[in-house]
Amino acid sequence: MSRLYVARNPRVAARSLDGEMMIMSGRDSTLFTLNKTATILWQSADGTTPLDEIVEHRIVSEFQVEAAEALQDAETLARELASHEILQISEEPFPQRNNAAGESRSGESR
Amino acid sequence: MSALMQEMSAKALKLNIPLSVQIDLTYRCNERCVHCYLDHHDHGEMTTAEITHLLDEMADAGVFILTLSGGEIFLRKDFFELLEHARRLMFCVKLKTNAVLIREREAARLRDLGVDSIQISIYSHRAEVHDAITLIPGSLKRSLDAIRFLKSQGLKVTIANVLMTQNAQDYPGVRALAAELGVECTLDPTVTPMMDGDRGVLNLGADQNMLRQVFRDTSLVGDVEEFCAIPAKPGEDDLDATPCSAGHTACYVSPYGEVFPCVQFPLPTGNVRQQRFVDIWRHSEQMNDVRSIRLKDLTTCPSCTHVSNCTRCPGLAYLEGNMRGPSSQDCGKSYARTGVPSANMLAKERAGINPLQGNSGSASLVQIRVLPVVTSATA
Repeated sequence: MSRLYVARNPRVAARSLDGEMMIMSGRDSTLFTLNKTATILWQSADGTTPLDEIVEHRIVSEFQVEAAEALQDAETLARELASHEILQISEEPFPQRNNAAGESRSGESR
Repeated sequence: MSALMQEMSAKALKLNIPLSVQIDLTYRCNERCVHCYLDHHDHGEMTTAEITHLLDEMADAGVFILTLSGGEIFLRKDFFELLEHARRLMFCVKLKTNAVLIREREAARLRDLGVDSIQISIYSHRAEVHDAITLIPGSLKRSLDAIRFLKSQGLKVTIANVLMTQNAQDYPGVRALAAELGVECTLDPTVTPMMDGDRGVLNLGADQNMLRQVFRDTSLVGDVEEFCAIPAKPGEDDLDATPCSAGHTACYVSPYGEVFPCVQFPLPTGNVRQQRFVDIWRHSEQMNDVRSIRLKDLTTCPSCTHVSNCTRCPGLAYLEGNMRGPSSQDCGKSYARTGVPSANMLAKERAGINPLQGNSGSASLVQIRVLPVVTSATA
């Protein structure tokens, strides 16, 4: 099975509000809030770390779930976020971006 | 505002987070609008480094919606550098501009950088009226060309139409033009006193007859009977409410780094050249004073018929001398809508003062936003 890579869509706006991630779609300004799992996925979506590694290192340990099931759920979630143009997904790593919006942080406030 | 944005705003209010900030990048402008409150001189604008540092601080403080305005923002030679930095920090960026300097290349760059929306001032659909307000021949054509460039890039554009005596009859034409261009349109008869205190420009503002006409235009307000109804008597909860978002979830930063509760509320609370943005936001005595005000604390308004649905602007009240006092412009607006004088107007009448006159001679004010089409979802 091929690996899946996820990257934050540089066209969205994002900010963490007390741990809850707000994302505004660049397509139509629809506002979304991400649940805890989706927030972890968003924060980890650097375009170069495969989804299975994100699940293994960030989700399985956090939620104490079985790895295969967690990966399947994460893939479904990634595809849903991609359908809203919040994430981009690919079977190849994303090239390192050098345009301004492409270098974006994850929207975390400190 | 979408339900989800309302929910986020309520959360930001509870957590004391400045969800939305407007920065004026410059007061310089390439138009000379007859009603403008700015002096257009550069008295020492923040440098590129100062603004990028401020944007970093604002992202860390939790600011989500960033409005870049002026003056004319495209007169800053570093405008795109600042915008790139803002988008790198993932702000939802909104622009306010006259768009005269936006051509195909600039429109494409704004799209590439993921700007959320662009608000453009259009005073009339007729060049002879628009250009007589901006005092720049050909400015309407330039601005409309820009709107087409922006639309061709798929960007969201809103026409801001300020209603004044000079263009009072043209708003239907502007709205028709907006529909033809496929953009939203807002109508705003707000004329603000000039920065140097000159209130002469207020004579250009919409009078009671104009306001009454606007408030009874079904294409703007929907159900006129409902919109112009006399409000129900306020409950305890109504009087515990805060007047508006200024200082609560929103604030304004001038080109010189001064922080105010709102662009229309010039109460100095600190300067980001001397203090961290978040320290001003959280600890400024003035900002906390603004935050402490509830409707029940106001001097005249709690006993007023209109208190529960008045659009009283605390900034305009401040400009009249007391941020806990009434805003005469908004009294005029409530009066034009319902035909019932406000408590402030009745008090002035008893004192032999023109009831629609502000304490410093201000004009009537109304702000109407039409066509708010926003959806929300949770993933």
